[in-house]
Amino acid sequence: MLLSEALELLAEHGSEAKILAGGQSLVPAMNFRLGRFGVLVDLNRVEELAYIRHEGSELRIGAMTRQREIEVSALVRERVPLLAAATRMVAHLPIRTRGTIGGSLSHADPAAEYPAVVLALEGVLVLQSRKGMRRVPARDFFLGLFTTAVQPDEILVEVQLPVAERGQGFAFDEVSRRQGDFAIVGVAAAITVGGGRISGARLSACGVGEVALRLNAAEGVLIGREPAPDVFQEAASVAAASVEPRSDLHADAEYRRRMVASLVRRVASRAARAAVEEGR
Amino acid sequence: MSAIVQKFVGQSIARKEDARLLSGSGQFVADIKLPGMLHVAFVRSSAAHARIRSIDTSRALACPGVVAILTGEDIRAHLKPIPGMQNKPPRKWREAVEHEIGIPDQPVLALDKVRYVGEAIAVVVAENRYLAEDAAEQVEADLELLAPVTGIDAALEENAPRVHDHLKSNVVAKFRFRKGDFEAALAAGARTIKHQFYNHRYLAMPMECRGVAAQYDARSDSMTVWSATQVVHWVRREVAARLGLPEARVRCVAPDVGGGFGVKGHVYPEDVLIAYLARRLERPVKWVEDRLEHILNSTHARDDRHDAEIAFDSDGRILALRDHFVKDSGAYTPVGIGAPSNTCAHLLGPYHVPNYEAAVTVVVTNKTPNAPYRGSGRPEGVFVMERLMDLVARELDLDPVELRLRNMIPADKMPYSVGIPYRDGIPVVYDSGDYPAAMHKAIDALGGLKKVRDEQSEALRQGRFVGLGVGAYVEGTGAGPFEGATVRIDPCGSIFVATGACDQGQGQKTVFAQIAADEWGVTPDKVTVSISDTAGIALGYGTIASRSAVNSSSAIRQASVVLRKKVFSIAGNLMECAEKDLELRDGKVFVKGIPKMSVSLSDIAAAARPGWDHGRPAGVSAGLEVTEYYEPPTVTWSYAVHAAIVEIDLETGAPVIRQYVVVHDSGILINPALAEGQVLGGVCQGLGGALLEEVVYGEDGQILIGSLMDYLIPTASDMPPTQVAHLESPSPLNELGVKGLGEGGAIAPPVVIANAVCDALRPARFEVFSTPLRRSEILRAMDSLRKP
Amino acid sequence: MTEVRKISLTVNGERYECEVEPRLLLSDFLRENLGLTGTHVGCEHGICGACTILFNGQGTRSCLMFAVQADGARIDTIEGLSKSGVLSRLQELFSKHRALQCGFCTPGMLVVAHDFLQHCPSPSDEEIRQGMSAALCRCTGYRGIVSAVTEASRELRHAGSDEAAGGDAGKARRI
Repeated sequence: MLLSEALELLAEHGSEAKILAGGQSLVPAMNFRLGRFGVLVDLNRVEELAYIRHEGSELRIGAMTRQREIEVSALVRERVPLLAAATRMVAHLPIRTRGTIGGSLSHADPAAEYPAVVLALEGVLVLQSRKGMRRVPARDFFLGLFTTAVQPDEILVEVQLPVAERGQGFAFDEVSRRQGDFAIVGVAAAITVGGGRISGARLSACGVGEVALRLNAAEGVLIGREPAPDVFQEAASVAAASVEPRSDLHADAEYRRRMVASLVRRVASRAARAAVEEGR
Repeated sequence: MSAIVQKFVGQSIARKEDARLLSGSGQFVADIKLPGMLHVAFVRSSAAHARIRSIDTSRALACPGVVAILTGEDIRAHLKPIPGMQNKPPRKWREAVEHEIGIPDQPVLALDKVRYVGEAIAVVVAENRYLAEDAAEQVEADLELLAPVTGIDAALEENAPRVHDHLKSNVVAKFRFRKGDFEAALAAGARTIKHQFYNHRYLAMPMECRGVAAQYDARSDSMTVWSATQVVHWVRREVAARLGLPEARVRCVAPDVGGGFGVKGHVYPEDVLIAYLARRLERPVKWVEDRLEHILNSTHARDDRHDAEIAFDSDGRILALRDHFVKDSGAYTPVGIGAPSNTCAHLLGPYHVPNYEAAVTVVVTNKTPNAPYRGSGRPEGVFVMERLMDLVARELDLDPVELRLRNMIPADKMPYSVGIPYRDGIPVVYDSGDYPAAMHKAIDALGGLKKVRDEQSEALRQGRFVGLGVGAYVEGTGAGPFEGATVRIDPCGSIFVATGACDQGQGQKTVFAQIAADEWGVTPDKVTVSISDTAGIALGYGTIASRSAVNSSSAIRQASVVLRKKVFSIAGNLMECAEKDLELRDGKVFVKGIPKMSVSLSDIAAAARPGWDHGRPAGVSAGLEVTEYYEPPTVTWSYAVHAAIVEIDLETGAPVIRQYVVVHDSGILINPALAEGQVLGGVCQGLGGALLEEVVYGEDGQILIGSLMDYLIPTASDMPPTQVAHLESPSPLNELGVKGLGEGGAIAPPVVIANAVCDALRPARFEVFSTPLRRSEILRAMDSLRKP
Repeated sequence: MTEVRKISLTVNGERYECEVEPRLLLSDFLRENLGLTGTHVGCEHGICGACTILFNGQGTRSCLMFAVQADGARIDTIEGLSKSGVLSRLQELFSKHRALQCGFCTPGMLVVAHDFLQHCPSPSDEEIRQGMSAALCRCTGYRGIVSAVTEASRELRHAGSDEAAGGDAGKARRI
């Protein structure tokens, strides 16, 4: 099937239609009979949407690229190591066989890893409709609980992520109850160190509310400072105070807050160490 | 007759079951296909407690592929409720224990009221499950919501809503055990520790959900029911009774069953309903629950709250124990008081405790019905006792290991009379074992107490929290009332064994083949075993309560002993010599000392035949088949000590189990590898209960879990390095010396981990009184140590 | 809802042409339409892993796909993988290490193990535990499963290094 045909179907069926990407979130909901749709538009047939390309300073990944492909891609590992690291924590291998980057981002589960990654990298999401294409920066993409900027007649077609620069280090980690579970909290860090100081810091978290978010206040603590333990500790405390997590079966709000602090401290330090290594 | 040489009992031979299961050739209920088969979906209540005003099935009946839709009203006259207490306590128990029991029956489909979220209010039968579920969504139930009874306190409140209107209150059973005089021990100046403990609600969560298929044959007016059950004879009894058929025309078979652990250990309404539908609709019918239904509707387990008090002297000798506890049994309690009476019988553990009082109240609430799950009441009591032991040790500044050793019944005092009755009403007597030896062995396996404590101190100096947790328990196993075995020699000389046990993964066919092989001097491949099938043997009990190794094995032995007499008498006749000169070896009967003189079992089978030209001596009846029933005198007593080294993750508060050790004694092991598999599987489940698994209800009575992402069971990453060592103290109660072991592994882990965490956080005086353990509480305990 | 679609696919090396409703799950298609009941359904949410099959050679939850999505695909289930011998060594090792009891999770567990070893041929102990967390077992406590996969991975490693070293030693070794 061609992308244009998929877009036609969306336009034709309107609210009756739902995009089927990897199906690893959608089909369980349907099996619970919680999700009911007249028409599923199966993007798995749209071959043109699966690719990983290095273009200039960006890695462009087709929305239907499987998480499993991303996991084994040398290009991703070398150019966008944060994405590679986070992918290893997404569920389990058989889920990653079908799960896609576009599906994960469009579904926007608050505990999902990929939204945190694209936020930390300030990636760009490319949306296509019959009317045309638009590019939405990550910070404007995640709007609320399971809600993104994708309009009913649009399909997310590509994810654009900046490739790693010299002096930039990355880390991702999460706390979960069991290996492979949804994160209770996950933190992504992209840190640039130059001249012994943190010159760039982007931190994001998942599992801290209705959407993944940037930890702007914590970033503010880091910029211009030395990559030292007390600095990361301060950033961690600020990050924890800045979030309003929810309580659920697996963790209460207070625990999530503490895990934000713990992860920010550890993940930011690791990213900074990697940045220093990178800069050598 | 010569002694039987043990060649296969005690050997870890490979399983007969493996080949088909490994290649996907097993047959589980969901795999059964019968011509013209219909499929079932249930309409289930989304209210915890409501009066049923009306149920409108008209829209649903018009859905494609629908063949029938029935409600409780439709079947009221045809199907009586399932008895509330399927496993009644025997007369001896009723005489020995002060009790009041009034357990309500369970309607096959909800009648008048719904009493838990998930209770079935209508059944839809259609050409396939998809269509049945479509139609089920169209059934409109008009429910008048009632205030739900949300838990123990709510159930016991003065003017609580009644879950069952015909009962005076929400209390459905009360009983008490007493020995010695607890008050006297207090009056004599003993020190005491008193606390409330809570064991949370669990699910068995086998990988295979439940299912039932039934086929009625109108020509012979007979019914076959395939059920993923642990108790085919119970199911057959209830189906026959409710459908008005003689048991001889009802067959119940459990095909391959994908795990039971107790949740499949009693009769469910579906067992009866599916059979009824097959007859009424004159087509085979199959129902398989999905995971959500399993969570809502298959029985839950544990869920009790204890007010316990322990009295001790300054040397750490336990003088008395008192425990008043309440069990939240959910809306129905199909196995009645089985689990709580186990709790009472097991609380004292491997210790000498002269004064004891236990009082139980079982309440009904608007939660899913509650029935036994691996351990069945024992883990609950062991949690209380083993936490109390650690609390006493802390109070006296004694090592918890030392405290236990001071109170453990020594080996030279066995058999040891405890002075309270077991579920069978027979006074508890621990039959054999060496509890202190098990404790020493467990601690040695961890490196010895000094090493453990030294490493713990060193860790603390480094700011790390490492703890030792210990849990010791005894386990009554091999309970009666009976199990039978039919042993038959085939014309070709192979052995046929049938017994009422029901396998759910234990490898029973392998184990029983080993028993029979040794009885008959053949190899296990020459033994055909029939289990899980009422057509194999007419009277049977089933596999619950860690009973089949003892009961079926003993029955097979008993029947073999009787049959061997006949075999030898015929062999003696054929070879014209005295029976005392004969021996059985390699499938033949030999004259001792004369290797050339033998007759094969097939020769003997031929000679045994009825009719012309038989070779039986006068007075010996025809055929080579014997059915015997083993009626155990009482339970055998397995026991174990579990121990673990746990370190608290400083960042997440998660208890990380560095090492887990089990020293386990269940008497003679028929197949040591399979026995170890049972222990490991049980430990894994127990660890799940300690750290991951929890059934959660909201304050409004709604259940808050619906999938395997909500109720977390251990994965391969969650199982710690585990050592299992076996002691073998044969039971004097049966000739084989075996005790049961299916449940044991799951009994201690929750308290072992709780004790380890409390031991690690001793500087913070952190104590655990409920399960599962919570990381946030552990973090707060560590915080308290960091404050200036 | 009652519309059917034609699909054409290869299952266990055999070609099938079938008509299916769009909402029919692949797991149900395999079990009911093709009678391949070796693939089990434990949850329908992709969590337990009992339904895992190979979809174009990769481990996939069949309960999370629709049969129509398998048009043109190559599917291998436990039955085919057993017959062809692809799983023989793992099956032997599972039996040797007591990696199964009730057998319900076993077909999915074997496929997950096979898929994992394809993906990660030289795993560490930690990686094996993580990889095998992709399927749930309630009976065994996983020790046998992990041991079986560990031994299989060692054999693969030796076979691989023997091949790299130029072959004869690898042929002599029984795999």
